[in-house]
Amino acid sequence: MLTVKSLRKAVPGGRVLFQDLNLTVDKGQFVAITGESGVGKSTLLNVLAGLDSADAGSVAIDGVAMESLQDDALTRLRRDRIGFVFQAFHVLPHLDLAHNVALPLVLQGVAAEESLARSAAMLEAIGLGGRGSDYPRQLSGGELQRVAIARALIHRPALILADEPTGNLDPDTAAKVMSLFVEQVRHAGASVLLVTHSPVSAAVADRVLHLTRDGLIGHA
Amino acid sequence: MRKDGALPLTAMRWMIVSEWRTYPSRTLIAVLAIAIGVALGLAVHLINGSALSEFDHAIQTVSGDADLQVHTTSAAGFGESLYPKLARVPGIAKVSPVVELNARAEGHAAITVLGLDVLSAALVTPRLLGRRSDGRHDPNDFFSGEDIYLSSAAMHASGKRVGQWIDIASMGHSFSFRIVGDLPGIPAGQPIGVIDIAVAQWRFGQLGKLQRLDLRLAANADRAQVLSAISARLPLGAEMVTRHSEEQRSDGLSRAYRVNLDMLALMALLTGGFLVYSAQSLSVARRRPQFALIRVLGLERRGLVTQVFLEALVVGVLGSLVGLVLGVGLAAAALHLLGSDLGGGYFTGGTPHLSFAPGAAAAFGVLGIAASIVGSLLPARDAARSQPALALKNLGDTIDPRVTPRIRIALIFLLLGAAGSFAPAVNGLPIFGYLSMALLLAGGIAIMPWLARTLLSLFMRRRITNVSLALATQRLWGAPSQAAMALSGIVASTSLMIAMAVMVVSFRGSVEAWLYQVLPADLYLSLDDNGTSGGFDAATQAKMRHVDGVAWMGFMKETPLRLAPDKPAVWLIARTIGGPAGQLPLLHGSLVAPPNDIPVWVSEPAEGIYGIHQGDHLTLPIAGVTPHVFVAGIWRDYGRQQGSIVMDSDTYTRLTGDASRSIVSVALKAGSAPDTVLDRLRAVIPASLVAHLSVSRSQEIRAKGIAAFDRSFAITYLLEAIPILVGLVGVAATVSAQTLARIKEFGMLRHIGVLRRQIVVMLIAEGALLGAMGGIAGIGLGVAMSQILIRVVNPQSFHWTMDTRIPWLLFAIVIIALVVAAGGTALFAGRRALSTDAVRAVREDW
Repeated sequence: MLTVKSLRKAVPGGRVLFQDLNLTVDKGQFVAITGESGVGKSTLLNVLAGLDSADAGSVAIDGVAMESLQDDALTRLRRDRIGFVFQAFHVLPHLDLAHNVALPLVLQGVAAEESLARSAAMLEAIGLGGRGSDYPRQLSGGELQRVAIARALIHRPALILADEPTGNLDPDTAAKVMSLFVEQVRHAGASVLLVTHSPVSAAVADRVLHLTRDGLIGHA
Repeated sequence: MRKDGALPLTAMRWMIVSEWRTYPSRTLIAVLAIAIGVALGLAVHLINGSALSEFDHAIQTVSGDADLQVHTTSAAGFGESLYPKLARVPGIAKVSPVVELNARAEGHAAITVLGLDVLSAALVTPRLLGRRSDGRHDPNDFFSGEDIYLSSAAMHASGKRVGQWIDIASMGHSFSFRIVGDLPGIPAGQPIGVIDIAVAQWRFGQLGKLQRLDLRLAANADRAQVLSAISARLPLGAEMVTRHSEEQRSDGLSRAYRVNLDMLALMALLTGGFLVYSAQSLSVARRRPQFALIRVLGLERRGLVTQVFLEALVVGVLGSLVGLVLGVGLAAAALHLLGSDLGGGYFTGGTPHLSFAPGAAAAFGVLGIAASIVGSLLPARDAARSQPALALKNLGDTIDPRVTPRIRIALIFLLLGAAGSFAPAVNGLPIFGYLSMALLLAGGIAIMPWLARTLLSLFMRRRITNVSLALATQRLWGAPSQAAMALSGIVASTSLMIAMAVMVVSFRGSVEAWLYQVLPADLYLSLDDNGTSGGFDAATQAKMRHVDGVAWMGFMKETPLRLAPDKPAVWLIARTIGGPAGQLPLLHGSLVAPPNDIPVWVSEPAEGIYGIHQGDHLTLPIAGVTPHVFVAGIWRDYGRQQGSIVMDSDTYTRLTGDASRSIVSVALKAGSAPDTVLDRLRAVIPASLVAHLSVSRSQEIRAKGIAAFDRSFAITYLLEAIPILVGLVGVAATVSAQTLARIKEFGMLRHIGVLRRQIVVMLIAEGALLGAMGGIAGIGLGVAMSQILIRVVNPQSFHWTMDTRIPWLLFAIVIIALVVAAGGTALFAGRRALSTDAVRAVREDW
């Protein structure tokens, strides 16, 4: 599903975040990457999503080499095959929940009616049924992250990239959200790459890797 | 599934509609800004078009249906022997001789009296013939010696009806006529009277003279050949006029004024464009993380650009539609209230009807949309260039505060603007002058980030102990692109307003100074209609000079003189040269004329219109003589826009045999009572002239002159005021939007112990600083642009110059207004932003 070979990334100024990083994620596999703050976990996700470029190495999703793609093609790849969950939720404040969740579908060109119907079903699945017309400001942090999870899954992506999805939540809520997240991705059969510094969150993964300057430690 | 290359229109619609639903007032302001610009542009254009169409109609009315006309070049007319000569030219079917007189009806109503030969006019200009009220149609009964036909406007102006008697005065003669019918071919608003040609010549001292010949060409005539044959036969003092040349003449007289009004209206549109830019920039800056998210979710770069463009397009279309409706209403109201020339004094006569111009409406609609789209160009580029991964972190300003903003592009614009100001007029219009102003404006806006940084450096170098002030200066310093965005709207509207204000103040001051120079006497006596009621003959002048209490006296006569058929007639002014009564406001001194040459002094407008320069030799077509004259000097004359030529009074009398004068300047001896001297003067003036005498004191004329100036500039004040209001609303919208976008920052400041009051003071200080910086920059740029108006646009449009005067008080008021507007808006917006509780504020997602 995801193949990363000899990846290297340094920040402006020359400090190397990681080098010679190799990783393979199989279809339906849940992989967690842990590491200290500032080690480059989010940067790695950005590189894997085509939002940032590596200094060396290659990334391939379903055999498609990302470095060979131009900006528009990378965007289409993200649109069709990747779902994102962020630590800061990033739910659009001016759209109601139904439209927020349906956004990836309409970006794919799915008709508005169908998108909203699937959005309603998705909201139902994450426990927010009937609240499609609510706006994000009416929701708690845990509810917002559930909306973000719904949005990441609605277009049935092959790969979910999750960046500290429970980092902004209290432990109880974090546990519930993580449980919902695992349940949904398993149900969807998507591969997951989760970056976190929380051992509790990482524990739900099939594999746990540790990011260091010299690459991933563990079974890549 | 969406095809590659297709845009996700549903997603865009969702994003756009949700943005507008959340911030309707911001969208509304942008729509209104465009609407006002389009409305002003279209209104001014429609008013000008209606006025011109009415003016052309008037020319056509007086000309009847003639194919060609021969006109006199001065009021004196030409000999009637030309009539049979032209009648024999091959290709001319019929000639209708006309005596055309400016006259007063019942001593007050100005009308044009045409003396016609009814048999000829019936074939050449049938529309000029009257309809008898008694129903008789026999041409032989058409006129008796006392009959006159009046148009409805002439009857209305004189208060007379068919069947009544009316006194007509012209060329120093007066006679009573019986109104026997009306002129159905003359449209409303044209005061015209028609009498028999022989009566006109006899009763008004025009025996043997004509002012006009109307010509009808034969069906198969070769027009060019006929024109050439006529030209070969024309004597001095007569010229050929076609409808085209008449239209050119009327167009040329007011074209620059109309173009300048159009330009002022476009300034409002330009300000609207900047407001759209400002609104869109802020909107894009605020939504940068949101844009980043939808980029991450799968919207291509061009999708974002398209979304920003679509927003601008809808704003432009809505603004244009509203503007077009407003424009038509505004034009109708202005025509009704101010008249067709909006107070400019170019068109006289009745109130013209509004004629809608679909082409112009479409053009202004497109301009409105274009202004909106151009205003969103840079914001769209910013949105597209933004890196999603970085933007999602919402790290703040797009410009690194440590980097000194570049000024190369700004300097290029400014240099090109300065260079453009040296280019000549294009077809009589200051196209490069306006282009130069636009470039200066663009350069001024582009240099804002650098200037803001430079001005703020003065604060940053100082150690500021007040928490609020320190936070305010550091915020502006640390967010240079946001400061520049807010400043661009302020600078655009302020600079345009200051440029116009400096020009108008300079012009007004120069006119005031000029009025003192050209009105040195205490009293001014004039005869109505500049001589149509006769003039002061030589004997009367001699008697007037010797009246007790008169220190000195000057006599003057003004007559129209046509130098070219396609240009408006200049005024030939015969007046005393030298001595206290004969001082002219010369621009570059006076040259001594070569022996045997007659010196004349040409006004600035005549210099510009005809390309006459000091030291040139000319031949003037004056009443059958063609004196060779020497241009001894150029003088400043704001009173006669079509140009004037001054000739020594005695020389004029020698050349024309006409010693009569119609304007007298009287300086009183010290201690003389004006009323007593006036009574003595009236006693020596013939009673027939005393009835037409009008007396003014110099201060009254000056006051009237300034009032006329203010009246003619009233519309420009209005056109200036609107961009300022649009600009101030823009400032308020910008500051308010920036403030409300910082709720999270305020929450954080409250968390770390900054008092609510200190945050409010910080916001007021930020707003005030922005207002002051924008005001200073706008005034500096405005003064530079005013020099283009004063030294390029005015001389190229109107052919007159002026001395720059700086309205310091206005500058102070503008800066205070901007500081208050920006600071006040920040205060209100800040209070609203602070009403969100601190805990919730820091949790704000975006």
